[in-house]
Amino acid sequence: MPEVTMLEAIREALFEEFNRDPAVVTLGEDIGVFGGAFKATEGLLAKFGPERVIDTPISETGIVGAACGMSYLGLRPVVEMQFIDFIACCFNQVTNFVAKSHYRWGAPVPMVIRGPSGGGVHGGPFHSANPEMYFVHTPGLKVVYPSTAYDAKGLLKSAIRDNNPVLFFEHKFLYRRVKEQLPDSEYTIPIGKAAVRREGRDLTIVSYAAAAHTSLEAAKLLANDGIDAEVIDLRTLLPLDREAIVSSVKKTSKLLIVHEDTRTGGIAGEIAAIVCEDAFGHLDGPIARVTALDTPVPYSPPLEEYFLPSVEKVAAAARELAQY
Amino acid sequence: MNHQLSRERHLELYYFMQLNRQLEERLVRLFRQNKIVGGVYSSLGQEAISVGTAYALEPRDWLAPMIRNIGTLLVKGFKPRDIFTQHMAKATSPTHGKDGTSHFGDLKKLHVVSPISMLGDLIPVMAGVGMAGRYLRQKIVAMTWIGDGGSSTGAFHEGLNFAAVQRAPLVLILENNQWAYSTPVSRQAPLKNFADRALAYGIKSRVVDGNDVVAVHEVAKYAVDECRSGRGPILIEAQTMRMKGHAQHDPAEYVPKDMFEFWKARDPIPLYEKYLTERGLWDAKTKAEIDARIERELDEDQKFAEESPLPDPQTAKQGVYCEGCHTIQADWQRPKEQVMPPAASVQAVWKIADFGAAIMPSGAPNRQVQSESQSKPAQNRQQPPHQRSTRPAPHRPAERPPAVAASGEDGVHDVSEAPPLRVPFGRGPKDRAYEREQQQSRPAKHDRPHRRRRR
Ligand SMILES: Cc1ncc(C[n+]2csc(CCOP(=O)(O)OP(=O)(O)O)c2C)c(N)n1
Ligand SMILES: [Mg+2]
Repeated sequence: MPEVTMLEAIREALFEEFNRDPAVVTLGEDIGVFGGAFKATEGLLAKFGPERVIDTPISETGIVGAACGMSYLGLRPVVEMQFIDFIACCFNQVTNFVAKSHYRWGAPVPMVIRGPSGGGVHGGPFHSANPEMYFVHTPGLKVVYPSTAYDAKGLLKSAIRDNNPVLFFEHKFLYRRVKEQLPDSEYTIPIGKAAVRREGRDLTIVSYAAAAHTSLEAAKLLANDGIDAEVIDLRTLLPLDREAIVSSVKKTSKLLIVHEDTRTGGIAGEIAAIVCEDAFGHLDGPIARVTALDTPVPYSPPLEEYFLPSVEKVAAAARELAQY
Repeated sequence: MNHQLSRERHLELYYFMQLNRQLEERLVRLFRQNKIVGGVYSSLGQEAISVGTAYALEPRDWLAPMIRNIGTLLVKGFKPRDIFTQHMAKATSPTHGKDGTSHFGDLKKLHVVSPISMLGDLIPVMAGVGMAGRYLRQKIVAMTWIGDGGSSTGAFHEGLNFAAVQRAPLVLILENNQWAYSTPVSRQAPLKNFADRALAYGIKSRVVDGNDVVAVHEVAKYAVDECRSGRGPILIEAQTMRMKGHAQHDPAEYVPKDMFEFWKARDPIPLYEKYLTERGLWDAKTKAEIDARIERELDEDQKFAEESPLPDPQTAKQGVYCEGCHTIQADWQRPKEQVMPPAASVQAVWKIADFGAAIMPSGAPNRQVQSESQSKPAQNRQQPPHQRSTRPAPHRPAERPPAVAASGEDGVHDVSEAPPLRVPFGRGPKDRAYEREQQQSRPAKHDRPHRRRRR
């Protein structure tokens, strides 16, 4: 069986959900005839027609608003942001209209907003962002950020079936770089569950998305030095799998958090607080973090490389932590 | 007398307007007694708009009110107790104290979407409601409201453009009440009529005297019918006056005193009472009966609200997510096979009429494009995008289309058909000249929904 990229896995999830449920529709810019800027929706229009695959004007507020309205009548719209950076243009619709709907008046919004995110492809300040924490800070949303093709497919299917609004981040650096064989049979992955990517005894590295791969690479280097790192891939950021983080820290007594999001207000701070609340007595060292710089994502390759977490930076931080 | 409305329905319009007003007067009293948790946003003087427009909807249709549209909620079937309890933040309120004022709704029975405070955001949402209704073949119309101030937001423009491109069955009522908080309309947009904006979206619009409930209802009914036949969206500007401050806290000292006096003489409720009397649609006894019924209903519901408990603090943490509390199911009025392959499958290509020449100022391609779009029946305008011309019909403000051709066609709005109704405030020479001009130049068109009734 051939290997499938993350991008193809996402497309498979869309096709399968479109086939399963006629209430699933999709809206976005250039997603129909063109198949999307990254071709995630390629072939969908030809198969399911223009009533379900809707090419829209450049109007993020219009798109998310309309999708919200459609969901009130029982449809399950999947919105594509051409780049997730543009979600800033409909921040109000997402955080005030969509996210608060169920709490305020008991109206569920079964909707997915998906889009390419993240850096490492020299997209510059407006095509590389990781805006997940704006939304992790918004009760009522769910935030999913997978790192493998298998997870992307299973989680997207779960997101479409979820009765709540789900923000689905697709790391564009991984789109065509990660590949694997997928099962023939139907599967989904529950939202809110982390995965242990590598078991280890000496310290825990918590990460997600592209940074999860960086962390795994670093763990290989560390193994050469005799440091046995456990790597946890969060997969979902909201709701956060506290249990998985805390039980790993209880085992290794040391925690390093790695993310590609900027440092201040990144999820590392939240995880550090959780560990202090639930496992402080188990810690044998300070909670450490490797993150992007507190700057916009710079354009030029050496600048961006300096900005992003790297295998070397993660390994160095882990070695230091292992000293305790 | 409006021949489409029975005597009963005429009286019902009065009932709802008076209920709207009396309910709000009680809210003001409760506010002064410190029994209201937040603010009270009065729609005094604007009741004809809420009631007249919402009254054009059928039970299957959807609406989303703004803060001054309590009347629309009453018409759609919510009870005064819902509004009392919302304002008093009681456990028995539709949102169980999670939100206040008109911020509540009902997906299943009444088809009401709750507004949020951010102005303009409802417009794309209600466009989506209309689109979903069309997708499911429910033949519904969506209606929402916006203020003169709210119409300056990005969401208004994105929403209306989105609705227009999608041909969504959406009726948008723009309530021009002269003020947005302390800001007069002249500082909101340099337009004589906000309805003129419709031209920019290639949709139709109407201007109506918002203090004339029969005129408002007529134009709303027309708009609802048009939308139901696939000829939406439509923008209606209802001209009126906000007769109080922005909310109870605001004494509105920035409003010229005689401006209130001018508009008080056009209070929609006495005007309609006179209308009913002059046409023999009621007598003093009928009026007394309706008024007594309103008193009774309000007494009962106010008592219910005042006696209701505040919510249990612990419930604050509940309900952020749907955790199986809702079953989400669309009401399909068409066979699902139609939207599944092979029936739904198409060739994914764009067809560009005239290779884009439609935007060129030369005549021939233009006419071709226009006649193409005009000759198509309504449903066909909701063609799949890949078969549709990506260019709208050209916009040429200088060439006003003839009145006959103007009505009902794409890219042309009907404000150009008839001179817009301007409700002049001042009594200076310009305003008097304008009024004279209007009286002379306006033919009595009996089929024109926004005709201003002379009394
Ligand atoms: C986007 C946004 N900005 C500011 C406000 C604060 N605000 C609430 S109502 C209001 C005035 C609205 O005026 P208008 O739209 O004309 O409606 P009216 O109050 O006259 O009914 C303002 C500024 C808001 N609710 N939403
Ligand atoms: Mg106003």
